[in-house]
Amino acid sequence: MRNTYIPYPVRIKQTRVETEDKMLKSFLLEFLNDSDAEAFAYTPGQFAELSVSGYGEIPIGIASSPTEGNDLLFTVNKVGSVTNKLHTMSEGDIMGVRGPLGNSYPLKDMEGKNVVIVAGGFAVTTLRSTMNWLLHPDHRDKYGDITFIYGARTPGMLLYTEEWTEWQNSGQANVNVTIDREAQGWDGLVGFVPTVTEQVAPKPDNAVALICGPPVMIRFTQPVFDKLGWQPEQIVMSLENRMKCGIGICGRCNVGPEYVCKDGPVFTKAQLDKLPKEY
Amino acid sequence: MAEKILAKDKLGGFLEGLTSSYEVFAPQESEGKARWARLEDPSGALWEFSNTHLSPKDFFFPQSECMMRFKNLQDGEEGMVMHSEPGLDNKRLLLNIRPCDAKAFQVLDLIFVQDEMTDDFYWRDKREQTTLVGLGCSDPCPTCFCTSMNCGPHSTTGLDVLLVDLGDKLLVKALTEKGEALAQGLEDASPDDLAAAEAQRKSSEEQIESTVGMDQVLSRDMMELYDAGHWSRVQESCLNCGTCTYCCPTCHCFDIQDETQGEDGRRVRNWDSCMSWLFTMHGTGHNPRGTKLDRVRQRFMHKFKYIPAKRGGEIGCVGCGRCVQLCPVNIDVRRVVNDMNA
Repeated sequence: MRNTYIPYPVRIKQTRVETEDKMLKSFLLEFLNDSDAEAFAYTPGQFAELSVSGYGEIPIGIASSPTEGNDLLFTVNKVGSVTNKLHTMSEGDIMGVRGPLGNSYPLKDMEGKNVVIVAGGFAVTTLRSTMNWLLHPDHRDKYGDITFIYGARTPGMLLYTEEWTEWQNSGQANVNVTIDREAQGWDGLVGFVPTVTEQVAPKPDNAVALICGPPVMIRFTQPVFDKLGWQPEQIVMSLENRMKCGIGICGRCNVGPEYVCKDGPVFTKAQLDKLPKEY
Repeated sequence: MAEKILAKDKLGGFLEGLTSSYEVFAPQESEGKARWARLEDPSGALWEFSNTHLSPKDFFFPQSECMMRFKNLQDGEEGMVMHSEPGLDNKRLLLNIRPCDAKAFQVLDLIFVQDEMTDDFYWRDKREQTTLVGLGCSDPCPTCFCTSMNCGPHSTTGLDVLLVDLGDKLLVKALTEKGEALAQGLEDASPDDLAAAEAQRKSSEEQIESTVGMDQVLSRDMMELYDAGHWSRVQESCLNCGTCTYCCPTCHCFDIQDETQGEDGRRVRNWDSCMSWLFTMHGTGHNPRGTKLDRVRQRFMHKFKYIPAKRGGEIGCVGCGRCVQLCPVNIDVRRVVNDMNA
């Protein structure tokens, strides 16, 4: 029997500081063993425990899409002891990945529907994964219009600029990227995510919304969808809570009876409306 | 398999036999309390005791347990790669475990082993290597309420063998293949023996006077229970000390930490407690269960509402009463659940 607590060994292939405050850094990881890469079969929305031996593990959403090959991309905010250590690590260093963990966005149920994706700050990671998956030639035809709304404080805080620019230029999706306040050199949208959402969100008919962002963004975006006539079943959100085991045992990430690590992190608003607000 | 009989004058030889094939542990007296310890001398096993001071959960879920090791060398060939600790290298037997504690393991099995991914190697290995020989209760405590929690003083769930003390002999009821291996060669019980064991079961059940109602807790809407007014009263006296979580046979929350010393490193798991504010605190400082009320409510809701909701009606409590005995501010789980049920 496989011990599911043991991380797969990976090598850091590439790192990149993503934001002007240098708090967000991306890590491209390659598996040391091909069989591990094969065993790590994931879908957009799932996460993994990044393991730095001697420091511990942290749950981080997978930013890459399985359509991009075997290497895994993670964008990590520098907040605690594991992430601080991780930010000092360089290409070639060995670390671990445990997963994939949790459920994923309901990609199958979304087929044939219009999709609106709303991301705030660095919560865009698993939605980057989703966008790459949706826009892949094998999948794009299965979905209707795709609207991507993404906001950050300043242009320098936006992640994955090359990629969303490419999505914009491809004409495959309606891409709306906004920053909080006017900034020099920025000729794109200015305003908070809820405001932009109200302007560009499609009609709720035959549509699904995926929302991931800081609590304040979610709090103000939800009423916008309500106002536009969306039903709670159509709104899909990804939660995060403190985690250790990642497999629904250790007891800390639960929201009522649901474990964010195992039953989530993806829930519909209809599900969350029936649960305590412990997230 | 039919019930068997083991005469007390043959017990010494029987236990000697067990210690040759198993590492045997049993409740023994130490510092005035019944505590689990390795059975070196068969005569040291307790046969008359209420229950052990602490639950035997650490035989399967140790308070601190090394999960994996690594070489703390970034440049070495095998550096930083985690390797699992091996499983147990011997068979264990827990003698005279109380039925409530065995029932707790059956509840925990549902949590530690759920599917391919949620399959706790450390828990499962120890469970598979261990035989549980229970001893039916003849003299329950005033704090016992097992009969309200899908359990009872002679409950067999989770056990391999149930023993019933009939004075000069033991009734031996083998319940699994592991149990049958132990009972082989013993003589069959007579109808009188069976009647005596049954009478003891009835008498023990009658002695349990505390009852806890669960019907409303199970059927009532979750948010109605969550928002109930009595939590503010329960949390007023709670110190968040965590004693209840450590002595509880079904509490299973844990933390995982890394430790290094020179070139050696390991990842360990330690018991944790939902009573701690740090337990749920995010890296950002945000805390989903930031108040004492949140944490107190979590413990009771988890056992009596969330676990039943997720695990087919199983309750996350077996009524052993340890938390009632040990709570420093006299919070009584029976009263809390009756309030939830009111």
